[in-house]
Amino acid sequence: MRYLLIAALTVILTLPARAEVKIQEVTSPGGITAWLVEEPSIPFVALELRFQGGASLDAPGKRGATNLMIGLLEEGAGELDSQGFARATEALAARFGYDVGDDNASISARFLTENRDEALELLRLSIIEPRFEEVAVNRVRQQVLAGIRSSQNDPNDIASRAFDAATFGDHPYGSALQGTIDSVGALTRDDIVAAHKGVLTRDRLYVAAVGDITAAELGPMLDELLANLPETGAALPDKVAPMLDGSTSVVEFDTPQSVALFGQVGMERDDDDFFAAYLLNTILGGGGFESRLMEEVRVKRGLTYGVYSYLVPKDWAALYLGSVSSANDRIAEAVDVIRAEWSRMAAEGVTQEELDEAKALLTGAYPLRFDGNGSIAQIMAGMQMQGLPIDYIATRNDKVNAVSLEDINRVASEFLNPDELTFVVVGKPDGV
Amino acid sequence: MLRFLTLMLGLTLATSPVHAFEQVTDFQLDNGMQVVVIEDHRAPVVMNMVWYRAGSADEQPGVSGVAHFLEHLLFKGTDTLESGEFSATVAANGGRDNAFTSYDYTAYFQRVAADRLELMMKMEADRMVNLRLDEADILTERDVIIEERNQRTENSPGALMREQMDGVQYLNHRYGVPIIGWRHEMEQLSLQDALDYYTTYYAPNNAVLVVAGDVYPDDVRALAETYFGVLPPNPDLEPRDRPQEPPQTTPRRLVFEDARVAQPYVTRSYLAPERNPGDQSTAAALTILAELLGGGTTSFLNERLQFDQKLAVYTGAFYRGTSLDTTSFNVTVVPIQGVSLQEAEDAMDQALADFMASEIDEAHVERIKMQLRASQIYARDSVESLANRYGRALTTSLTIADVQEWPDVLQAVTIEDIRAAGELVFNERQSVTGWLTSPTSEEGSQ
Repeated sequence: MRYLLIAALTVILTLPARAEVKIQEVTSPGGITAWLVEEPSIPFVALELRFQGGASLDAPGKRGATNLMIGLLEEGAGELDSQGFARATEALAARFGYDVGDDNASISARFLTENRDEALELLRLSIIEPRFEEVAVNRVRQQVLAGIRSSQNDPNDIASRAFDAATFGDHPYGSALQGTIDSVGALTRDDIVAAHKGVLTRDRLYVAAVGDITAAELGPMLDELLANLPETGAALPDKVAPMLDGSTSVVEFDTPQSVALFGQVGMERDDDDFFAAYLLNTILGGGGFESRLMEEVRVKRGLTYGVYSYLVPKDWAALYLGSVSSANDRIAEAVDVIRAEWSRMAAEGVTQEELDEAKALLTGAYPLRFDGNGSIAQIMAGMQMQGLPIDYIATRNDKVNAVSLEDINRVASEFLNPDELTFVVVGKPDGV
Repeated sequence: MLRFLTLMLGLTLATSPVHAFEQVTDFQLDNGMQVVVIEDHRAPVVMNMVWYRAGSADEQPGVSGVAHFLEHLLFKGTDTLESGEFSATVAANGGRDNAFTSYDYTAYFQRVAADRLELMMKMEADRMVNLRLDEADILTERDVIIEERNQRTENSPGALMREQMDGVQYLNHRYGVPIIGWRHEMEQLSLQDALDYYTTYYAPNNAVLVVAGDVYPDDVRALAETYFGVLPPNPDLEPRDRPQEPPQTTPRRLVFEDARVAQPYVTRSYLAPERNPGDQSTAAALTILAELLGGGTTSFLNERLQFDQKLAVYTGAFYRGTSLDTTSFNVTVVPIQGVSLQEAEDAMDQALADFMASEIDEAHVERIKMQLRASQIYARDSVESLANRYGRALTTSLTIADVQEWPDVLQAVTIEDIRAAGELVFNERQSVTGWLTSPTSEEGSQ
């Protein structure tokens, strides 16, 4: 039986499932472009709207304005107050999600075929005609402030904030998008209205829809929903060079397990070497149980429950980050092992076997992502924001498979920079 | 606006329930292993899950955490697989695997391309009976679970308080012991402890296979018979009659102080009945009661404490009916700054009393039922969540019929049922009230 399993392992050269997602590009009569997958088997639609810019569009001194604005979209719109809007949404069993990140604001909607028009009217009101009433502003402000206070005592959040501040300084990436107690406390209704005008705009819009809707229906629907958005938004931020000096710094916090964030400069999404770096990260710390960091830090030494690394190609800077948590008396060893693995991979690269395994994992796992209307809509919105072509899904695994051992080992030596790998440790670590 | 509302009510009434279980097939192997197949042919992907009817509440006293420890150890070697080879094989086939442990069950799963199902089943059947462990496996993996406890519990004041609250709520039942284990017992877990649990509970007649995705029932049956059907059942498997709670006769309270608490809150749990085979109506009423009281923006507690009295930044009510033994109904209030936990608790008590004393809002109940009907449609977008729904139910004594009747049982709940459920559960003598606070907040001295 063991022999059979080993045989099974070695014959897997061609992986099975190809993702077959039939994407259409739809342009509405009013000129809004969307990617659509028709999937009539379940009577609902998943609609994903993204607006490039996100919290990085906060005006100077108004940190947290975009976040608070996004949180207020569902808190009263048109003639409905906060509770009225919630009741109407519940009655239709529509599900609207409003979120914001460093680089984009996102609105995710799911609504039933049977009441699609009514649901879309509610969604339109929240996007185009939010009320931003003082009473709602103050209530949601209290919620945001409670979240900020909690994050000040959360070791993971403390680590992120310290790492971002040191890496990005005054750039929007250098501070938490929720803002500070002071900045959020000082936001006025005018600030919220300005953020609304500056962030949710036509020129930054990306749309994806999956489900029980045709191309002919989608176009007019999008015009109805989004035609009244402002044409242009607030100025986008500049590119920023991460400042990473290779140090290990400690933020004292009295808790039994230290949390460490680490990182170096990353790889841009449109770099020719992106897929080599992606495979490299899979082998080093991104491949779950099969990564070197997991093997060395968890499996061999039992120093942590989890250690991970991930490429973070943001719009205005690229980072390569990782995280680990270990008891205060063990974190120093975990940091040493990670540094050693970073150096070993930079110096020696990877083996052909590791490369083949990482390719098998990445190419095999790729089709597994396209497993629901909601997830496909999110992926398609992301693809458009990254500027990927509409046939990308069919070609992506070929790009992974095209990376040679020579390529990846050149990238390992050029890209990995152990001297720049910077750690922030939050806790009461011994010997760090 | 009125026309708008009327229009929507019309739609609500016109909606008929759409059942997700049309895509479900089930059968049993000769050795007693139950099999559920959930079809979804939209993508060439499958989820292979094996659920054991054994969790942390089935552990012997003194070895808390061993169910979860064993879950980790199942990724070590068998007679035919090296340590770590299971996950490496899944990855080499482009799949992802993991596992989880709860009070009443332990489950293992792989997500892979549908044509790799046979290999997954073969390996899963292998580790059901052929696990081979040595002392070296034990020592490092024990360090890993202790770091997991550090991460999930020791670093989180809220998790530490929940652990204390559960211990106080359950004096005799193992639901009072954390799934991850008490640290001092975890540090002593041995190879023999893990093997004892394994040989007691890991057998086909104590397992449920759930396969969800691009598969057909006949094919799954053939594979299941080939790989799981040949395994011998455990003839010594005992019924799951675990130590039960004595009647609770007095309210219990605790104050948990931790310097890391930034946002104090008050939370209350009441003992509550769970879903039982053929008898789910009380649990259904409690499910809707939790939604009415604390399920979202328009819930009773939210309208009262956030919108009207402006005392809270957050309120919530939770009920998890899918449980083998007596479960709990929870209510939580997070006060705004400047409002003490005593004021928050008083306001919570007054709101609960007022809720019970006043008419239940029928329109609100209808909105909740509409959302429950719609969730049957949305659920079909994720066979994984359907697979989890069946796995959880079938490992907590419920049947396939119970799972499939549940949506109708929810729709049949009346205003009177909700009131009766509230009267049953809101009994101060069956409650535990906890305050989470920091020594420096104004609560500390109270």
